[in-house]
Parts: sequence; C-alpha cells; structure tokens
Amino acid sequence: MSDQQIEYAAILKRRHRISTCFEWVCRIATGSALLFLAVLLAGVIWQAWGWLDTQFLTGFDSRRPGKAGLLAGLWGTSWLIFFTAIFTVPMGVGAAVYLEEYATDNRFTRLIKLNLSNLAGVPSIVYGMLGVTAFVRMFGMISAADGWTLAVSLGIGTLEIPLPLGRCLLAGSFTLSLLILPVVIIASQEALRAVPPSIRHASYALGATEWQTIRHQVLPAAVPGIATGIILALSRAMGETAPLIVVGAMSYVAFAPGNLDTPMAAVQDPQRVLDAPFDVFTSITIQITNWIEQPKEEFQNLAAAGSLVLLILLVIFNATAIVIRNRAQKKISW
Amino acid sequence: MNSTPTVLTTNAIDQSEVFRVDVTGPRSAAAQGQKPITTARPTVAKQATGEVTHPVKIRTKNVDFFYGDNQVLFDVSLDIPEKSVTAFIGPSGCGKSTFLRMLNRMNDIIDGTRHTGDVLLEGSDVYDSSVDVVLLRKRVGMVFQKSTPFPKSIFDNIAYGPKVAGLRNKAKLNEIVETSLKRAALWDEVKDRLNSSAMALSGGQQQRLCIARTLATDPDVILMDEPASALDPASTARVEDLIFELKKNYTIVIVTHNMQQAARVSQRTAFFFQGVLVETGDTRALFTNPTEKQTEDYITGRFG
Amino acid sequence: MSTASTSSSDATLSKATSSLHRSASLVRLKEWGIRSLLFLCAAVSILTTLGIVAVLFSNAIYDVSPRQVGPNGEVRTNEAFFQQVSLTEFVFETRWTPGYTEKHFGIMPLVCGTLMISGIAALIGLPIGLCSAIYLSEYAVPRTRALIKPVLEILAGIPTVVYGYFALVFVTPYILKPLFQDLLGFNVGVFNAASAGIVVGIMIIPMISSLSEDVLRSVPRSLREAAYALGSTKFDVSTRVVVPAALSGIIASFLLAISRAVGETMAVTIAAGQTAIVTADPLRSVATMTSYIVNVSKGDAVIGSIEEKSIYAVGLTLFLMTLVMNIISQFVLRRFREVYN
Repeated sequence: MSDQQIEYAAILKRRHRISTCFEWVCRIATGSALLFLAVLLAGVIWQAWGWLDTQFLTGFDSRRPGKAGLLAGLWGTSWLIFFTAIFTVPMGVGAAVYLEEYATDNRFTRLIKLNLSNLAGVPSIVYGMLGVTAFVRMFGMISAADGWTLAVSLGIGTLEIPLPLGRCLLAGSFTLSLLILPVVIIASQEALRAVPPSIRHASYALGATEWQTIRHQVLPAAVPGIATGIILALSRAMGETAPLIVVGAMSYVAFAPGNLDTPMAAVQDPQRVLDAPFDVFTSITIQITNWIEQPKEEFQNLAAAGSLVLLILLVIFNATAIVIRNRAQKKISW
Repeated sequence: MNSTPTVLTTNAIDQSEVFRVDVTGPRSAAAQGQKPITTARPTVAKQATGEVTHPVKIRTKNVDFFYGDNQVLFDVSLDIPEKSVTAFIGPSGCGKSTFLRMLNRMNDIIDGTRHTGDVLLEGSDVYDSSVDVVLLRKRVGMVFQKSTPFPKSIFDNIAYGPKVAGLRNKAKLNEIVETSLKRAALWDEVKDRLNSSAMALSGGQQQRLCIARTLATDPDVILMDEPASALDPASTARVEDLIFELKKNYTIVIVTHNMQQAARVSQRTAFFFQGVLVETGDTRALFTNPTEKQTEDYITGRFG
Repeated sequence: MSTASTSSSDATLSKATSSLHRSASLVRLKEWGIRSLLFLCAAVSILTTLGIVAVLFSNAIYDVSPRQVGPNGEVRTNEAFFQQVSLTEFVFETRWTPGYTEKHFGIMPLVCGTLMISGIAALIGLPIGLCSAIYLSEYAVPRTRALIKPVLEILAGIPTVVYGYFALVFVTPYILKPLFQDLLGFNVGVFNAASAGIVVGIMIIPMISSLSEDVLRSVPRSLREAAYALGSTKFDVSTRVVVPAALSGIIASFLLAISRAVGETMAVTIAAGQTAIVTADPLRSVATMTSYIVNVSKGDAVIGSIEEKSIYAVGLTLFLMTLVMNIISQFVLRRFREVYN
C-alpha cells in the first residue's frame, strides 16, 4: 500500500465514525420530538389525574375549583363546530369543485389559488380581528347602541337575530369557518384531483351534463378524501382559542348557549335551540385558558383535565378521519 | 449482506494468470454438454489488444440476483480483464445493468435485493463483510446513463470525491480537477468557467464531467451504464474516443444497447439474455462468428 | 343543424333536434346557475382576503366610514390608528404604553418580544426538524417512516393552549428554574420568553420535518447514486449532496415555520406574560404582537379608543410580516419544484 492509500484508509475510518455519529444525531432528533410528545401527554394526564370526573363533565364553571366543570365549554365547542361545519362544508366543497372541475386556467383562477395558499398562512388571531369587525360589529354599519333585533317567527318558536350580531356564538362560528375554509378547499381539491379522468369521460360519454357528472360520479368518488380533510380542519377549529377571544368569547360563563344544557331540553323547549346561536358563549379552549390564569393551584389541575378532554375529542376526530381514509383505500383502488 | 462465504474469498488469484474464459451459463452449458465454449481465446485477446498478458481484474462466480422474489440474474460467471474495455450487450431487461451494479455494490442501496455467488476484485470478495463499501466504490467508479451533475459548480463537482475523502489542500485539489478534466477531454471547454454551475453544461459535456468526476477519485475500474445513450451522435463519438483513451490506464466495463458502439470501443463483449450470460469472448470474434444461436440472432437484429 | 331541412324524410329528425335543443337550453340554464353558485363559493376566499385587508386598513391606516353623531349630538371620533399616531413614532419609539395615561406607541418592544420567542423557537425547531427530516428521508426504512410520521403529526395537532399550559406548568418550573436559577443563578420569571420559545419550537418541528422530508425525497435518486458511486459515506451523501440540492426547499420550510411561530398566539400569551419591553433577557416576561392583541381583546378597552385601534396597527404589522414570509417561501418552493419535477 502506498502512503496515499494508508492515509485514505485512516481518514475513511474517521469518515465512517462521523457518518455513524450523524445518523445518531438524526435518530436522537427524531426521538426527542417523540419524547416531547410523550412528556407533554404524560404531564397533562398526571396533572389531570383525579380531576376528570362526572362532576367535571356535567358541572358549570365555578369560583371554587372543586365544583368547577366544563359543561359550558363542551356545549359551546359543540355548537361552534356544528355551525362551522354547516358553513364550511358546502362552501369549501363548492369552491373546490369550481376550481377543479369548472375553472379554466385564467388569471382569476390563479389569483384564487395563490390567495388560498396565502390565507392558509395568515395567523389565526388576524381572523379574529376580521370576525370582530365583520360579524360582531358588522363594520359599524349599525351601531351597537341603537342596534335592533330581527325576529323571525317559526312554528316552534321565534328566531331572534340581533343586528349587529354582537359577541354571539354564531359570530364565533363564522370566524372559525373563514379560518378553516382554505384548509377545507385545498384538501377537497386534492381529493377531487385524485378521481381519475376516465370516470368523468365515461359519464360524459353517456350523455351526462357537467353537473350531473360531478354530482353522481366525481363527488361520491371523492367523498372519503373530502371528509378526511373536513374532519381534520374541524379538529383544528376545535383547538383554536385566539380568534374566539378576539371575537369576544366569555371566559367565565355558568350556563350553556341558549340555556340548553341537556339534549332533552331541546325537545322540551325548542325555543332554547333557536336562542343558542345568538347567545354569549365560551369554549373548551377558552375555559382552559381562563383556568390557567387563575392563581389558585387547583385550577391548574382543572386546566389539565380540560386539556385532556380536548385531546380525547381530537383523537376521536382524527381516528375517524383515519378510519374513513383506510376504508376508502380498501374499497376503491383505481 | 447475503454473500455466501466460501474459501474463494481468501483465495487470491495469481495476478499473472493469463486471461482465459470459462463461461458456462446454465442453458448453454446444458446445450453444449459442459464443453468449454471458447478455445484459443488468449491468442484472440492478444491480437485485439496488442498486449501480451491481461490479468483478471474482476471475476464473478455463479452469481444469482433477486429483486424480492424475482430472480433477474442466473448463475453468471465472468472474468473481466484489466486495462481493457469489456462491453455488456443484450436486450433491455436482460440483467446487464443489474450485473454491472453488482460490481461496485450499487444494488445495496435498493431495498429488498439479495444475491448469491461471488464477485472478486483482484481476488478478494467485494461482498465480504470486512469490505468497506465506500473504499470499494472509490476503486470501482461508476458513470450513469443519465448524466447526474450535482447542482454545484463544475469545480465542486470534480472536487467532490477528493473532498469527501478528506483532501483539503487547495493546490492539490486544483491539480486534480485540472488533470481529471484534461483526461476527460473537457478541460479546454470549461477551464474558463470552473465556478459556473455544472447544470448549465450541454448533455455531452455533463456526461464527460461525470466521467471526469469519477476519474478524480482515482479508481482502477470504471463502470459505465449506457453512458452515451442520451447523447447526440457527435457527443457520443467524443465519449467513445474518451473511453478508448481511458482503457490505457483503467479497466472499463460498459453496458450498451448499441452493438456498433460495443464493436467500436470494446475488446471483449459479453452477451446477456433474460438474466443469463449467454456468451462472452473477444469482441471481433463474437460479432463475426458467434458461437450461440441466441447471440447470432441478437447481433443480426432478429430480436431485441 | 337546426336550420331548414325541407326534405320530408328529415321532418322527424328535425323535430327531435329542436326538442333536444330546447331542453338543452334549460339544462344549460341550470348548469349555469350551479356554476355561478360554485364560483361564488370560490370567491369567498377572495372576499376573506379583501375583508382582512379592509378591516386592518380602515382601523389602522385610514378610516373610510362617515363620522357618526352620537345620541347626545357629540361627534364620535372614528379616526384610524395612523391618523392619530405618526409612523415615525410607531417605528422608532421604544415604549409601548397605550393603556397608560402617558401613551407611547412604539411597536419595537412587541416586535422584539415576537422575534425573541421566534428566535428561540427556531433555535430548537429548525435543527431538530431538519435532522428528523433527514432521518425520515435518508435513514428510516419505509415501515419506521410510516410509523413515525403520523406520531409527529399528532404533535402538530395539539391545540396551542395546551402548549401554553405545558410551558407554564412544566417547562418553567421543572426545566428552566432548576437549570438557570438553581444551577446558574439567573432569575427566572414565572412568565418568560424562553419557555414560550421552547414550546413554540416543539410546535413547529412537525411542520419543518414533514415539509423538508418532502423536498429531500424529491431530490432524484440518481444524484444519491452518483454520490455513492464516488465513494461517499451516508453522511457525505446527505450533507454534501442531498441537503444542498434541496436547500431552497428546506429554507422555504424554515420560513413557513418561522412565520407560524411569529403568528403563534396562545402559547405565547400564556407563557410569556405581557410586559412590553425591549430586552435581551429570555428569562424575563415579554409581550409579543399576538399576546398584545389578545390582552386588549380580553380587557375592556372602549371601542373606538386609541387603545382599541392600536391592536389593528399591531395586527397589520403581524399580517404583513407573515405574508411576506409566506410569499417568499411559496415562491422558493415553486422554483424548487420546477427544478426537480
């Protein structure tokens, strides 16, 4: 062996050591990310231990930690997500269908697409500022002082719509809807793109119109993908706090929206259902924030218990999304 | 690694052994009744290269290769002589590229592959557990079908190999870059723009850059996987001239689709068909007077 | 096709054609209606952007609404923030005290707080995110990757309020206090920038690792093979070929992640407190742009007051900062994809 070869071999040994070290650095980095997750979950569970009981789930908030519960937040979040879904699903899917199936590649379409990816990166608190001006105050077109109420009489009761909307649940839902709309549109677009063009061509060949093709062939095939995207977006909405604070969610509320605190009450007194969207509200996340800020030590346990409930709900949402995705993958294989 | 340990791994071949071929693919072996296919091959080799002896550089013995459960090479045994050009020809999917990639263990990178048999470089098994793959690949370089310049400057492309090997001396690096580019007949074209991006070179220049980059690591063997198939005729001619030059100092193995190319540049040719090494021999002899029916059919254009 | 076909043998055909024509126009009307409706859905996203711009503009820069006369005949001032505060003061003043009697409106403390927390987050999130991206793309076998990726996604899905809780209840008392206060003698505040930065850093790991992994994996395998064929170790291939080739995409993912950190609100509000000061001490409480907006919203600032208007000026600053970072990163990503796809 020449000197050069000996030197090369010596350096090679060091290079292999560096390579192995680097591999371990990467492994440890990945491991530490997983470790953070484990510690975070363990910490929350540890703090919540013993506090997550029926009293916590069925009681309203209280100044005394032992009596405080999450019921107002549970109802608030449920209502918020319900309305958010009602607004987002048709609008998001509709926009995606337009962009994928109808839109030609012109300037306006490109503008919408560019706009979507930028909207997805706007901080959620900015949406809150939009929400408080556009929905809560309605741009000051009707001043709050001389605001009025639009009453619509329905068979089961009267729908009283305050104008401007004020710090009500519906304003919160509108805000969350705008927040997750870009996410829903982008996910739905991807799902629609995954439907092979052959299906569309086959449908056109049978004499179907554009809309018939979309309605009966393309959309059903894309439903699993769209549903997955929507569920994930809704779970993001569920975890949001900042925009709700800006819109004006109440940090301390001891009643559910519309005073509707059991599902039975909806049947007994339908008026409460009609009142709920225009009532003040709180959410799980707002209640957690409020508890974190309390000086008494026990409230930290309540915050942990609330976080745990939120995490469990998110796991359920995500698991549903995964199940839908896996089922669809098994059933349809192009 | 799935190498079968055999005594051969330590049994170094006599370096002065005169090159001799004993190819026995299973099919041809069955057909010929184990009769040696070629006779008097050393003289042919002598005539072709004008040299007296050709020590064996790479010898493979009974190599099988699998992608998962799919066997793509069957019992390939082949000797590759030093400082000459050996061409692998055959229709696409015949296993010639896979076989080439076995010689510097490039197939290791692909998941789910395994092999049996031995690949000996100067008598030692390259699949032995003690072999350092990095060192092996430094000695057995490879040029690919698609030119693969790194998205760096021309200089950094050539200097990559020496740099990762630990060379820091700027003067030495300059010297290596210059000699490598000169050997690859690219120096005159790029000497004024060594710091511009290699991606801006033409296809033919990129391929010569890749050859220069391989030369810079100071290999003994250069494997070329259809190095000219993506190039125009003029660039192809330049690459072929280059190969002809390089064989004075390097052992070159080239996979090609183009039989004329094989005839032009190589001293020995091996014909692969459906994972089997059908025939190997002196290039001129193989093209003018093939022993096997399949070889004849292929080189006369009856299939492939 | 529908034009006069006089031959009697064509009569039936002509009739059929015309009836086809009529129903087709009805169908077309419906199709047009649906198409318009869907178009409106798509236009909502444009309206959202316009709404955001309009809200921030009219409250921060120039109020377009007519002056209102209150019930007692007084004129309500509805002037936007920058109609009352000069841009020079906003940019160069170092105090931010809109709630005090002596009011100062210098954004610097809030921007400093935001940058400090984002900086700490970047210090933690970028290397860990990038290394785990390299691990997932270059080292992990497909099965491991399929296992780890969804778990990392969970980290991205945890609500930010939970991160804030974690920072306040675990990071500060169990990591920062023992390390910096008990061991090194620094004073660690209950609210501090470091704990917020750490949890925001953890929060952006999955974002960086999944985006960077995508760009690393889109580096063609031929480049890796070429590098291996020149006698490279895996370290050489990863750090000298794959990462440099994917560098623009990686930088784009960094920018997106930092933009996310800048816009992050709850974890920061909960963990970093609300002291608007220019400081270099990460163990002190700082206010960020986002936490200021939250705190004003939670308080009882009078609508139309300068304090209330100030959140729009801050919001505008925040919006522009994140927008610029997002646009740059998207531009870089698109360029990257053009090179390799």
